[in-house]
Amino acid sequence: MGLNKRDVTLLVIVAILCLFAPFILNPFPEGSAMAQFNAGYPDLMQRLVIFGIFAIGFNILFGLTGYLSFGHAAFLGVGSYAAIWMMKLLTMNVIPAIIISVLVAGLFSLLVGWISLRRSGIYFSILTLAFAQMSYSLAYSVLTPITGGETGLQPKVNDPRILDGALAEGQTPRANLFGLQMNQSYEMAVGDWVFTFNAGYYLAAIVMLIAFYISIRIFRSPFGMMLRAVKSNQQRLNYTGLNAKPYTLAAFVISGMYAGLAGGLLVAMDTQVGAERMFWTASGEVVLMTILGGAGTLIGPVLGAGFIKYMENIVSKINKSILEQWFAFMPDGIEDLLVTLVYPFIGKGWHLTLGILFMLVVIFLPGGLVEGGQRVGRLFKRKKPAGDKPDGKTTPAE
Amino acid sequence: MDAIILQILNGLDKGSAYALIALGLTLIFGTLGVVNFAHGALFMIGAFCAVTLSRILTFSHTVIDETKKDFLGNPLKVEVPYIYDIFGQATGDVIIDWAVPISILFAIPVMVAIGFAMERGLIKHFYKRPHADQILVTFGLAIVLQEIIKYFYGANPIPTPAPAAFTGSFDFGAMLGFDPNTIIYPYWRLVYFAFAAVIIGAVFAFLQFTTFGMVVRAGMADRETVGLLGINIDKRFTIMFGIAAAVAGLAGVMYTPINSPNYHMGMDFLVLSFVVVVVGGMGSLSGAVLAGFLLGVLESFASMAVVLETLPGINQIIIYLVAIIILLTRPRGLMGRKGVMED
Repeated sequence: MGLNKRDVTLLVIVAILCLFAPFILNPFPEGSAMAQFNAGYPDLMQRLVIFGIFAIGFNILFGLTGYLSFGHAAFLGVGSYAAIWMMKLLTMNVIPAIIISVLVAGLFSLLVGWISLRRSGIYFSILTLAFAQMSYSLAYSVLTPITGGETGLQPKVNDPRILDGALAEGQTPRANLFGLQMNQSYEMAVGDWVFTFNAGYYLAAIVMLIAFYISIRIFRSPFGMMLRAVKSNQQRLNYTGLNAKPYTLAAFVISGMYAGLAGGLLVAMDTQVGAERMFWTASGEVVLMTILGGAGTLIGPVLGAGFIKYMENIVSKINKSILEQWFAFMPDGIEDLLVTLVYPFIGKGWHLTLGILFMLVVIFLPGGLVEGGQRVGRLFKRKKPAGDKPDGKTTPAE
Repeated sequence: MDAIILQILNGLDKGSAYALIALGLTLIFGTLGVVNFAHGALFMIGAFCAVTLSRILTFSHTVIDETKKDFLGNPLKVEVPYIYDIFGQATGDVIIDWAVPISILFAIPVMVAIGFAMERGLIKHFYKRPHADQILVTFGLAIVLQEIIKYFYGANPIPTPAPAAFTGSFDFGAMLGFDPNTIIYPYWRLVYFAFAAVIIGAVFAFLQFTTFGMVVRAGMADRETVGLLGINIDKRFTIMFGIAAAVAGLAGVMYTPINSPNYHMGMDFLVLSFVVVVVGGMGSLSGAVLAGFLLGVLESFASMAVVLETLPGINQIIIYLVAIIILLTRPRGLMGRKGVMED
């Protein structure tokens, strides 16, 4: 497949993780006290892989070229709108919806990138932010006929859907893949455990594996090397007679297409879109995911996306009574103190935890979780003497 | 004509807020070279200083009032703010009524302290790191500050009224010879504009006419040389960070009667203020102020009914649109200096 041995191993590991995710994410028996940490329900699993795709795409831009875009949610939103229109007009089959979402997001990112990439550094960040906020405001106000404004868009019973033909009486339109409905699940009960295998999740997981494979190929290609050159020293690149712009633009469009793909998949899973998906906090979230996992690494963004989406769902579900249960074995005074101390960080306070975590990562672990893992790994290995490890940084000679 | 004057006036108060935040951002960027994404959070904390003070002032204790009886004939319990005990009821009422302006005195030390803590505790360690890292860490800090405020004050906007003396509106139309009631303008917005003008003037005067300001300006131009002359420029830059934080905080304090503060108001303003800074020219103080007022007024012109008829939705995007055009045609911004953030 054009990969070296290490990459194949990585890809296979990710594939296995995806395949067995319903088991891995459901380690606790149903009805037990720990069951709230189970993440093996379809909605969350779908989000894990879809945001994984989004972060992989963002990483191709930020991780390789160093251009920090603060407006990537716009591409996700545009892709979502394109997909839902395909479902309304053509067919509820998800394939055309996903394809069109990638294409439309690609075109839109070509336009935005062509303008934004004239500047670099913070100017680039602000330009992308401006474009994203513009798209958001327009989607909310003037473009209401296309975007549904505040109510968003859902497939309706009386939409044309040229290819599907009329629905039977009393049926609602459901997203499907040649008849296989996306929300169809098979539940397997083993003892107290219940594992859910969801069609939509597996479709998203397969798409993510393909996306991941493509990203590995980009990382290892001469094109990826050019992008790294842009990051380490664009000026020197220019002096050697190379124009960096086409490369960065290509990276921008590719990552925009990834975002559109994620948007299309989101629609394929729950067939609705709202403009809040394009708000700049959503763009901020993908930045958080990528940095937290490890920008510029292959697996980092996937880890980051998984980590944030998992914690978001699990931590925000913990409430005060659960905390009291946990600390119940302690003396009353200490229990109350602990509950008061921990309470601000859980439930609705999840964003506080995320913010602190993110700051800690940026300050102490700029390489994200991946670097953390490597450091821990190095502690146990100690094969080579310290000093000859490549730190990935380049010092420009000026 | 009267419609145009009205729109200019309408744009001034928002423009003042943009200008104040952008001024603080530029001060920090010009001195320390740090892109501070947490500046909106400082604006928001300033607004919550006003909320906090008005809450402190109305702290009350329960007193049994023998003169009033409830329907069973028992003496009624009434809540009496502590402030009545200290100053008497009449003065106490005035103080509570003037909570927002009084908060200025309360907010300045708080904001300067927060500014110092931020600079010494966090941002100091990021001078040598790339701009992207600075953006990211201050972005994280903004989330944290925002969530802390949300934890203590809840997610809903908290109405904080202006003093009763300023609740009415001023009839500009009558003054300028137009029909009465065509150009009316709330007093508090006038106060806000005047306040912003005073603050901006004070910052410029401070930089222009004091020795401290001169050293800071020298440091902005060439930090290394100033350091070689034996001046501890880092200390002065830290103080400038405190001043920038105080400017943002004061902008927030006075904005509370115009817009009830909520925990994410800072972020809403921050995005626009960054655009303002970029339009004005990164690192140019006068550019930031000019662009702030310009974009504020432009925004209110764009929301005129006549304009909206021809270009629907333009009021939502005009600021971003202007920023894009400026960045593409005049990358340095309106008054940007050469060589600032050009690579």
